[in-house]
Amino acid sequence: MVAGAQGGVIGARLARNEDARLLTGRALFVDDLQLPGMLHAAFLRSPHAHARLGAIDAERARALPGVVAVFTADDLGAAWRPGPLLVPPPPVPGALFHERTQVPLARGKVRHLGEPIALVVAESRELAEDAVAEIRVDFAVLPAAADLEGALAPGAPRVHDDLDSNLAAHVVQGRGDVEAGRAAARLVVRRRFRYDRGAAAALEGRGVVAEWDARAERLTVWDTTQAPIPIRNGLAAWLGLSEDRLRVVAPFIGGGFGPKIMMFYPEEVVVPWAALRLGRPVKWVSDRAEDFVSTTQERLQIHDAELAVDGDGRILALADSFLHDTGAYDPYGLTVPLNSQANALGLYAIPAYRSELRAVFTNLPIVTPYRGAGRQHGTFVIERLLDLAARELGLDRAEIRRRNLLPKEAFPVAQGIVYQDFTELTYDSGDYAPILEQALERIGYRRFVEEEQPRARAAGRRRGIGIVTYVEGTGIGPFEGARVQVQGSGRVTVATGVGTQGQGHFTAFAQVAADALGVDAAEIDVTTGDTDRFHWGTGTFASRGAVVAGNAIHAAAGAVAERARALAAAALGVEAGEIELAGGAARVRGEPGRAIGLGELARRANPLRGAVASGSEPGLEATRYFGPERGATAAGAHAMIVEVDPETMAVAIEKYVVVHDCGRVINPLLVEGQVHGGVAQGIGNAYYEQLVYDASGQLLNGSFMDFLVPTALDVPPIEVGHLETPSPLNPLGVKGAGEAGAIPTGALFAQAVEDALGLPGFEILEIPLSPNRLFELVRAHRAARGEEGA
Amino acid sequence: MSGARRLAVRAEINGRAVAREVEPRRLLSDFLRHDLGLTGTHVGCEHGVCGACTVLLDGEPVRSCLLLAVQADGHAVETVEALGGEQGALGPLQEAFRRAHALQCGFCTPGILTTITAFLREHAEPTEAEVRRALSGNLCRCTGYQHIVDAVLAAARSRRDG
Ligand code: FES
Ligand code: FES
Repeated sequence: MVAGAQGGVIGARLARNEDARLLTGRALFVDDLQLPGMLHAAFLRSPHAHARLGAIDAERARALPGVVAVFTADDLGAAWRPGPLLVPPPPVPGALFHERTQVPLARGKVRHLGEPIALVVAESRELAEDAVAEIRVDFAVLPAAADLEGALAPGAPRVHDDLDSNLAAHVVQGRGDVEAGRAAARLVVRRRFRYDRGAAAALEGRGVVAEWDARAERLTVWDTTQAPIPIRNGLAAWLGLSEDRLRVVAPFIGGGFGPKIMMFYPEEVVVPWAALRLGRPVKWVSDRAEDFVSTTQERLQIHDAELAVDGDGRILALADSFLHDTGAYDPYGLTVPLNSQANALGLYAIPAYRSELRAVFTNLPIVTPYRGAGRQHGTFVIERLLDLAARELGLDRAEIRRRNLLPKEAFPVAQGIVYQDFTELTYDSGDYAPILEQALERIGYRRFVEEEQPRARAAGRRRGIGIVTYVEGTGIGPFEGARVQVQGSGRVTVATGVGTQGQGHFTAFAQVAADALGVDAAEIDVTTGDTDRFHWGTGTFASRGAVVAGNAIHAAAGAVAERARALAAAALGVEAGEIELAGGAARVRGEPGRAIGLGELARRANPLRGAVASGSEPGLEATRYFGPERGATAAGAHAMIVEVDPETMAVAIEKYVVVHDCGRVINPLLVEGQVHGGVAQGIGNAYYEQLVYDASGQLLNGSFMDFLVPTALDVPPIEVGHLETPSPLNPLGVKGAGEAGAIPTGALFAQAVEDALGLPGFEILEIPLSPNRLFELVRAHRAARGEEGA
Repeated sequence: MSGARRLAVRAEINGRAVAREVEPRRLLSDFLRHDLGLTGTHVGCEHGVCGACTVLLDGEPVRSCLLLAVQADGHAVETVEALGGEQGALGPLQEAFRRAHALQCGFCTPGILTTITAFLREHAEPTEAEVRRALSGNLCRCTGYQHIVDAVLAAARSRRDG
């Protein structure tokens, strides 16, 4: 079916349906809930990264006025058990995986800073926090495995005592003959790359409110989750409730970016459990300090990688062996490092590839996907290696990329390795040369390199340019569903299971339904993330909302449209093929006067008296599901011009360009917003945001004073170019766009800054940078070369 | 509840006189949100950095997480709930935000709207650089700021033309 023929609402730059509520302060966020009789929870969290737990003395806390209960692991009874493994290990021969998932409250020992040990429930948040301070715990502090490489050394402290080492997983993937590629190469570039931890730092922290309604025998949980349906199903099993006794609502969420999908955060189990146990509503909302140690994090990997190229810079082989820090537990399986393995292939024709990953337990907070989710690392590896190869061969950076791009005829490209969705990584569609060329054009690459940079250099200014490309695997299965209903008023409701955290789903989904039904997108009310409204589906992750839920809505709205045409045809005495849907009505093509409103059709489809034809279903309503056979691969290029102040190492971004292809675009305004936001996080990740842990696993910069999130002065205007190569894997032809902005920024930063500094032999092989770190790197480089001023 | 000492707060909140008793340690942000139900004001860090909790105190932007409720005694406070037009309609700044897609999750938005409301009162014709400086005390994790800058410039233009 070709969508978009009616009125072009798909592809329109519509302002959002959800904004009025958010702009006036009426939107409901979890912390806004105020329920009668509500109690407040606070957690005692481990102040140590690794310690044995001795006695826990909560008597003083329990005795404080206003304290209702204090719970530790032993109080939880059958509800104390390790969480589920959210993503099983991949079906790769020889893969090793040790499942060690987090527990609701620590027992025996604590394995990372911030791990919850006890829960206090009190009449107010302040009293709960007062009581937390009165709990005494005998900690026997243990040495911590806080360094990724050190954690694998013989004799390293073990995070899980029952394992021989901290090795959590080992997976080798590849294809082609890497040895032969190496042997035939003119040049083999081999480097070590490091990409350190950061925090997603959504502006809203996590929170859970749970209420047990004894009369209705229902538990309602409001949760800042990206995946309300899996939370409901898992929680029902956990607490021994039937699924229909449990409602999970993800209301407005103040940013997700990945870490708000975890199964389960301890608080997501313990707070509902406490509400059931106490028979009163319980609210827990994290503060920022808590968020820095209790919300999952990402990004520490160390890669030893090499690229073999011929004399023209054509890639012959890529080999990579890397360590992935999974933190103290691994509930999310290997999603992140598998993404790294996939993304290292980039947009390029790489005949031979070998990638070995070792996931490592450390005494650091748990690692799960954060926007980009391991893709950054793969992109950093291949893009940096290409830069270095180009430098050694005396080739232009854009040219070496151009020479290696997969040609248009190559699609679909089967990559011969297993992707995070456990299918063979396959690029569904793409046309990469125009992406690169448009980015070069927009940034003014030639002019900069040939004229502006030499001029700047002559004037003593350190200006540089960068150009990098990336792929983004998006829109993976398994499935989502949607129900579309025309009401008697003519308004349309759409319900789907994915949660929304600012992506504009209320609008994009409305556009998809509006397109099929011929109604104004503003006439469509979208509900997401409430299991009472729709209870099948998985969640918002891996840039899949628009792809998977979008296509389910497309199918459901299409089915409603078909039914409306059939009913209207019968009512108006014509063939269904003569009916068109437009302006909220079904009308006879070419005779606009002969029409019947969709609301009227909906009313007639739900008669109160009389007989209906046998087998007919009531209402103008349909529910449909969509599951893609595999993920769709988006691609893009980023380019930027920077100036570096050699005294302070401040980096000023003069111009930033993104050209990307995420298939058919439902709403370019929303996609631009996603790209802008991703780039801003990418810039933060590249130059400001680093979680700094000391050797004992203590976090040294757990506040917004010390962990610097970019401001409006740090993020430049971003110019976005769209190319549209539709995906053949779904009827809408869309691909995801949620992570594109954040993926290549580290690689771009490194390249552009290196270029700006123009120091012979100087290489940036790590992210995040910072002015300090850059200064140190330059000084070390100068010292190594015996230069003055080092 | 505890027997903690309580102090009186009498303030004008969004144009209405309010009189309450609060614990001395009650933050202004919690007072607005949880005692008065004005949940449009958001709390992103509780340590004065993110700006999500910004409200106007006698017309000046302040961080309500860094003030105690009792410090609002005798003052006028405006929150995002006061910035709209009649009957829940959007005010001009809010409308400019909607048109420019200047919000995604919307969590930072109330603090930005209050900050910019005060800014535009004093800067009728701001440059982009001035707008960015005015925004630099408010963190937004979603938008990359570009559309927010666009919205503020558009709102300033329509104030002048309007
Ligand atoms: S909550 Fe007040 S500045 Fe962040
Ligand atoms: S819109 Fe989400 S923090 Fe600004």
